[in-house]
Amino acid sequence: MEKRVALFIPCFVDQMSPQIGLDTVTVLRRVGYKVEYPEDQTCCGQPGFNTGQWDAARPCAEHFVKVFRAYDQIVCPSGSCTSMVRTHYPELLKNSALKADAISVGKRTFELSEFLVRVAGVTDVHAEFRHSVTYHPSCHATRELGIYDEPIALLGKVKGLELKLMPDANECCGFGGMFSTKFGMISSAMGETKVANVEATGAEYVTAVDPSCLMHLDGVLRFKNHMPKAIHIASILAQEAR
Amino acid sequence: MSRLAEEFLVSAAQKSADLTHRSTIKRNMDSYDAAVAKGKTRFANWEAARARAAQVKSEGIRNLAALLEKFEEKIIARGGHVYWAENSEDARQYVCNVAQKNNVRTVVKSKSMVTEEIHLSPALEKLGMTVWETDLGELIVQLRKEPPYHIVTPAMHLTREQIRDLFKEKIPDDMEGETHQELVAAARRFLRRAFFSAEMGISGANFLVADAGMVAISTNEGNGRLTTSLPRVHVVVTGIEKVIPRLEDLGVLWPVLATTGTGQPITTYSTLIGGPKTTDEIDGPEEFHVVLLDNGRTEVLADEAQQELLRCIRCGACLNQCPVYRQVGGHTYKSIYPGPIGSALMPIFNGQEEYGHLSYACSLCTACNSVCPVKIKLSDHLLENRHKYVEEGNSKFSEKVGFSFFRWAAMSSTRFALLGWAGRKVLRAALGLGISPHALGPLANWTKYRALADVPKDSFRALWRKQNGNH
Repeated sequence: MEKRVALFIPCFVDQMSPQIGLDTVTVLRRVGYKVEYPEDQTCCGQPGFNTGQWDAARPCAEHFVKVFRAYDQIVCPSGSCTSMVRTHYPELLKNSALKADAISVGKRTFELSEFLVRVAGVTDVHAEFRHSVTYHPSCHATRELGIYDEPIALLGKVKGLELKLMPDANECCGFGGMFSTKFGMISSAMGETKVANVEATGAEYVTAVDPSCLMHLDGVLRFKNHMPKAIHIASILAQEAR
Repeated sequence: MSRLAEEFLVSAAQKSADLTHRSTIKRNMDSYDAAVAKGKTRFANWEAARARAAQVKSEGIRNLAALLEKFEEKIIARGGHVYWAENSEDARQYVCNVAQKNNVRTVVKSKSMVTEEIHLSPALEKLGMTVWETDLGELIVQLRKEPPYHIVTPAMHLTREQIRDLFKEKIPDDMEGETHQELVAAARRFLRRAFFSAEMGISGANFLVADAGMVAISTNEGNGRLTTSLPRVHVVVTGIEKVIPRLEDLGVLWPVLATTGTGQPITTYSTLIGGPKTTDEIDGPEEFHVVLLDNGRTEVLADEAQQELLRCIRCGACLNQCPVYRQVGGHTYKSIYPGPIGSALMPIFNGQEEYGHLSYACSLCTACNSVCPVKIKLSDHLLENRHKYVEEGNSKFSEKVGFSFFRWAAMSSTRFALLGWAGRKVLRAALGLGISPHALGPLANWTKYRALADVPKDSFRALWRKQNGNH
C-alpha cells in the first residue's frame, strides 16, 4: 500500500516562504510518501490564540480539524504550528463539539523532522549540503513537542554538512508572533543575543525546524549585515546528494 | 493602554538596548545556571523531586483552610498570635499597631517579598520608626532607594564598584577597604548596631508547617536568625499559600528550593520557629505574631484554571531562565514580583487593565515551565491572562477588528488565498516603488529593528497547483 501524508503548510509559509513548503514536498516524496495538500486549509489559529483573541482563533481551529480529520498522517514544516494543534487545541476547543476530533488530529499531526525520524524511521534522506551549519532548537519544538535529537540526526546524515553547536542553544530567538511587533525592542534584543551565539559558532548557516524563528533571525541578521544565513531544515534536506 | 504599560515600553526599550546591563545580567545568570546544573546532580532523580514538591504544594493548597487552622492552633497554644489579613491595608495596620503598642523605634527586617507586596516599610517609617533591611542585597537596594531587582538576589544588577561607591557615600564609617570581603564586613558592622538596637524583627516565611505549627525560613546570611531572635517582638508576614501539610515535607522542599534558588544543596540557615521564647529559653522574642495575608490569593484559589499558581515557592528560577527578564531586567516590570511568575500573578492580583501588558510581554518560549520546581505551567497562565484581558474588553479596538477580519478570511480558503495574493501584490508594488516599509503602518514595528523578508510573487498554494496541475 502506498504511504500517504497530508501536508499542513502554515499560513505565513504559504504566503511568505513557499519554497519551504516545496522543499518539504521534495523530501517527503524522496523517502517514499505520496503527498497530498488539502486545499481547504487556511490558518491553525495560533495568532489569535496567543493574543488572547480566542473567539477569533476557535473557528480557525475548528476549520482546521474539519479539513484534516480525514487524513491519517499530517506533516508540517513547523514545530510551533504543530504544537498549536497538538498541545493547545484541547484547551481552545474544550467546549467544542469537535474536541474529540481535535485531540485525535493532534496526535496525527507531526513536525517534519519528528515525522521523518519517529514515524517514517528515516534519518538519511540522501541529501547533500557542503556548508557549516548551526542548529537552533526552537522553543515549541523542544519544550512542547519534545523534539531534540531528530533534527540533529537528520543533519548528521547530510553529505558534506559540518554541524556546529551553538552556545545557549535553548534560548528563544525572540520572535514570539505578535510579541515581535508589540515589543519590538525586546524581541530584537533577544534576536541579537541569539545572532551573537550563531556567530560564535562561525557557521555559514543557521537552521531550525521553525520558519517563524528563521524569518526573525533572517531579519536580524540582514538588518545589521551579519554573515550567517538562515535556512529551514527542509531546504537543506531537499538538496539531493549527487 | 494603561500608564504602567506605556512606562513598561519606554523602560524596556532603554534596558534592552543597554549592553552593559545585558552583560552584567548574563554573567550573573551564567554562574547561576552552572550552580543549578551542578545542584541538580545531587539528586538521584531531580524530576521525581520536582514532582513530589509540586504534589506537596498542591496538597497544601487544596486543604488550605484546614491546614492553616491547624497551624494557627499550635501557634496560639505556644502563646503566639495569628492574624488573618484580608488585604495589604489590613496587614499593614496590624503590624503598625503591634509596633506602636510596643513603643518600637527601630525595626530590622529579614528578606520578605510579602512585606514589599504590602508596602510595609513606608508605613512604619511614616510613624517615625527606622526600618533596616538586613539581607545584604536588600540593604544595598534600600540604601539606593530602589525596589529589589530580583526576588532572590535583590542587587543582582549591581557591580562591586557600584556597591563600593554606595557604601562610601552611605556608611563610610564602617568601611575598612574595598574588596568583596571588606564590603561585606562593612555591611555587617553597620547591621550589628541595627540588630542590637531593634525592638522589633520582621520576617517572611518560606513555608508554614501545619502539623508542627512551625514557620520555616531559609536564609544564607544569618540575618534571619538575628532578626527573629534578638528583638523583643517578632512578626512574621506571609502569604496564606505558604502552608504545607507535614514537617517531613521539608525533606523535599528545602533542598528543592535551595537548588533552584541558588544551586545550593540547602540554604546555610534553615530555621523553624513556633512561638515566643518559653520560660526556660534564654533567646527569642517575648512576643510572636504571624500575619497571614490573603490579598487576592483566595480568588486565585477559587479559579480552577489558575489555582496552581499558588504552588510558587518564590525561588526565582523562572526569572533567571526568562529571556525577556534577561533583556529588560527586574525593575522594568514595576511589579513586586517580576518575571514570568509576576506577569502571571500581577494581572490577577491587581487587574488585567493595569497589569495585563505583562502577560503579553513574553515570547511564549516556555523556558520558565521547564525549570519551575513545582511544575507551574507559567506560559499557560500568561495565555489565560491574555484571554481574560480580551474578554474583559481591554484589547485595542483595531486589534479586535483585525482578528475578526482574519477569522472571516480564514473561514474560506478561496478568500484567504485571494486576500493573501492581494496583500503581497500591494506590498511588492509599494516596495518596488521605493516606499519605505516604515511607512507601511504596523510593519514599522518589524522593520524598525529587523529587515523585511523578500515578498514572494507566488504563494505555496499557487505553486503547488502549477506543479501538480490540480486546478
